[in-house]
Amino acid sequence: MPTYQEKCLDALGDPTRREVLKLLRGGPRPVADIAREFPISRPAISQHLKVLKDAGLVTDSADGTRRIYELNAEAFVSLRGYFEDFWTVALSGFKKRAEARQPKRRKSA
Amino acid sequence: MTASISDAPVRRTLVVNASVEDAFEVFTDEIDTWWPRSHHIGRTDMTRIAIEGRPNGRCFTQHTDGSEYDWGRVLVWEPPGHLVLAWQVTHGWAHQPDLSKCSEIEVHFLSLGRETTRVELEHRFFDRAGIGGDAMRAAVDAPNGWNKVLGQYSDHITTSHGGQLA
Repeated sequence: MPTYQEKCLDALGDPTRREVLKLLRGGPRPVADIAREFPISRPAISQHLKVLKDAGLVTDSADGTRRIYELNAEAFVSLRGYFEDFWTVALSGFKKRAEARQPKRRKSA
Repeated sequence: MTASISDAPVRRTLVVNASVEDAFEVFTDEIDTWWPRSHHIGRTDMTRIAIEGRPNGRCFTQHTDGSEYDWGRVLVWEPPGHLVLAWQVTHGWAHQPDLSKCSEIEVHFLSLGRETTRVELEHRFFDRAGIGGDAMRAAVDAPNGWNKVLGQYSDHITTSHGGQLA
């Protein structure tokens, strides 16, 4: 079962979705406006927006008959969040290497 | 997401079954053996990552196209117990020449016995580099995406990462 964060990262894995997010940095936009910026069909854009919404990266609201999408600021992990993940991964690699070095050292000692 | 939470240092403590000298050397001289290959600011694949082991030494990566990218600077070099690096990376994943806009990584290596070392890492001063919108940009624009980094979770050691410093 993918975690919330994995979902978020999968959503960011697609270049069109990253472009959509960049576009939404400029503020909330109706779907039609977003679709106009991309050379793909409106249903395709809606599908991308759905993935982004499921990942919690954007939220939508109704404005009359229009749906307005905007960034979910809470979802964007801070730089700190990025390094939380990074150091967990990196230090596990470091630990393995540091411990793997021991037998070699003992032999030469 | 409040500023105070976002800016709080990232801390990691782990116990390594290695001498303090080995731990320090693997962390620095042999960083190329453990650093996640996906994590660099170059434009082509990384072939090597290195830290120059001296005060003001460069931290850099080399790439398949022959280019080099600086990602840090040695601020404190006190082997085998203490290391501080400036993290010279902007939100656009480019070199940050201005040290006043860099976060810092401080690492203490504490000998708990001949073959046991506690490693305490603190990555701090995220506020220097800015948060919020800029951080979002970092997430979205990351050249290698986050999937690769997350993918490496599958073989990560869970037992050694529970304890955080207070």
